[in-house]
Amino acid sequence: MSKPDFVIRNLHVQVEGKEILKGVDLHIRGGEIHAIMGPNGTGKSTLASAIMGHPHYEVTEGEILLDGQNVLEMSVDERARAGLFLAMQYPAEVPGVSNANFIRTALNARRGEGNEIPVLQFHRRLVQKMKELSIDPSFAERYLNEGFSGGEKKRNEILQMAMLEPRIAILDEIDSGLDIDALKIVANGVNQLRSDNIGFLIITHYQRLLNYIVPDVVHVMMQGRIVKSGDAKLAEELEAKGYDWLKQELGIEDETVEVEA
Amino acid sequence: MAKVLPEMEEYQYGFHDPDIAVAKLDKGLSRKTVEQISMMKNEPGWMTDFRLRAFEIFQQKPMPTWGGDLSELNFDDITYYVKPTEKKGRSWDEVPEEIKRTFDRLGIPEAEQKFLAGVSAQYESEVVYHSMRQDLEKMGVIFMDTDSALREYPELFKEYFGTVVPPEDNKFAALNSAVWSGGSFIYVPKGVRCEIPLQAYFRINSENMGQFERTLIICDEDSFVHYVEGCTAPIYSTNSLHSAVVEIIVKSGARCRYTTIQNWAPNIYNLVTKRAVAYRNATMEWVDGNIGSKLTMKYPSVYMMEEGAKAMVLSIAVAGRGQHQDAGAKVVHLAPNTTSTIVSKSISKHGGKTTYRGLASFGPNAKGAKANIKCDTLILDDNSTSDTIPYNEIMNDDVTLEHEASVSKVSEEQLFYLMSRGIPEEEATRMIVMGFIEPFTRELPMEYAVEMNRLIKLEMEGSIG
Repeated sequence: MSKPDFVIRNLHVQVEGKEILKGVDLHIRGGEIHAIMGPNGTGKSTLASAIMGHPHYEVTEGEILLDGQNVLEMSVDERARAGLFLAMQYPAEVPGVSNANFIRTALNARRGEGNEIPVLQFHRRLVQKMKELSIDPSFAERYLNEGFSGGEKKRNEILQMAMLEPRIAILDEIDSGLDIDALKIVANGVNQLRSDNIGFLIITHYQRLLNYIVPDVVHVMMQGRIVKSGDAKLAEELEAKGYDWLKQELGIEDETVEVEA
Repeated sequence: MAKVLPEMEEYQYGFHDPDIAVAKLDKGLSRKTVEQISMMKNEPGWMTDFRLRAFEIFQQKPMPTWGGDLSELNFDDITYYVKPTEKKGRSWDEVPEEIKRTFDRLGIPEAEQKFLAGVSAQYESEVVYHSMRQDLEKMGVIFMDTDSALREYPELFKEYFGTVVPPEDNKFAALNSAVWSGGSFIYVPKGVRCEIPLQAYFRINSENMGQFERTLIICDEDSFVHYVEGCTAPIYSTNSLHSAVVEIIVKSGARCRYTTIQNWAPNIYNLVTKRAVAYRNATMEWVDGNIGSKLTMKYPSVYMMEEGAKAMVLSIAVAGRGQHQDAGAKVVHLAPNTTSTIVSKSISKHGGKTTYRGLASFGPNAKGAKANIKCDTLILDDNSTSDTIPYNEIMNDDVTLEHEASVSKVSEEQLFYLMSRGIPEEEATRMIVMGFIEPFTRELPMEYAVEMNRLIKLEMEGSIG
């Protein structure tokens, strides 16, 4: 299998007629971890949702290519089957659908008809991954995210990622609301997957996640653009000094473009 | 005159087989029709009188003006009695070939071999096949068609028949009482527990047919039975009528569960009266799945007569194009510390209409009684509608009544989430719908849950525009 190759060029995105992303460029290859940092309301989560094709986000310009294929022409499920994965900040709850059933259906959709994973093999794998992520076995039969705590939802997102083995994984504020133990478990889950067969885009406010998942490239987003890129040291610098020095350096007064929840 | 076929969704039981009836009354209903039915069945005089009295009540009662639209229902255009065969089979080989083929296609004999303690199959007006496990027979369990029970257990029959749903109850109960044929009769002796379900299957084959089965279940003290019924019919361009009466007596300490998976063709009027009386510490559970029909009006009821009686009504209704499911439940608390639970789940799509219509009644003696009612509706598109019409009657101030109702659409966020994992939209929608009715399917015997999921899957096909 060739290394994943994920390219975003000059991406412009509108929400309800208001332009949020104003020309984003990114290039992520298999084996790389990219982090996008930035204050609230600068367009980070919009980027994640637009890549996955959420219907509220309208791409007005630019392109997204996964392994040379035009992602913007694909429906949401086609994007997933092509290898994109978004670990969401606020995953939906689906009553009556068990976690195991959901993950198996997703996995089989990805594998295609006639190539479904045998049930026992699936359960062995699921149990193994749940163990690695310190997830209680009862999760398998609980209804998808229903009544899950914030931390449980985040771990469940990582579990799905581990099971689905995407080519490009986008983690949207996977660290928000996690205590330090849960953060370590989530980071550990990501690190175990790390290989040339997968590229990561990690969106976060805080540098602390990046203590456990060391990124290859750090981007800073402001006003709907990537305004600075660097290596892992940039994240440390931001943690130590905040964003104001960067704003001054770039001559930015108000960095926001949207009101993030 | 050519009639336009009602537009219908995929209905897999819509085939019909050649008419092989050995006796068939002319269309229409008169005193003579009622007498003919009774005569052909060679019934005792009291039953003939009962039928004739019921016929008079039927004539006097006006058509209900509430609920669904009954304006196209023409009582003169219906055949009230069709006898499909001369005798009833005790083994599968004795069933006429054409009828056997029908039930083979419906998977009945297979189901019996696998997981049922007893099976009864009704074709048109008569039960054509019946069998029961010998061990149950030895324990004194009676499970037979209602006509046979009238002949073989006349005293037991007369003691209970018509006591729970008298002909005066409503127009369709009166109609059924006048022309009833077939149905199941079950008696479970004191302390006997039938751990494996008993099943009946009802099939309408003829066009413009009326099926009026009459079911009577008596659970003696501390007994248990689970009875399951399934129903289908072919699709014709004209309407047929299914109007059953089900009476259940649950004596003290006993428990009865009655599960229906009704999947009538979309040209059937399904107007059914189902009622149970529950005595001291007895439990009555209705598990009621309504998928097909043109119009269903059905409100399974439990009258809690003595202290500690419990009622549960768990139902789902799915209404598609041109269909109206007017369904619900009635719980009547007539004694102290009685408790009831109603869970109603309805789904409307393709312009279908669902109505929850329910009654929670607390008599003056029902001190400490509790009722919990939960109605959830899922609407799949903008053309479809749903209503919730709860009635409460409270005649003492020491009761607890909780009522929750929710109406939701398949949410964009749920769909996005499932699709973002690679699941196509149609399958994602289906998963959300299946999840919605899971509290219902979970209560079905496993084989029925599988069948139910398959039916819903068929129903959901093509739901995405």
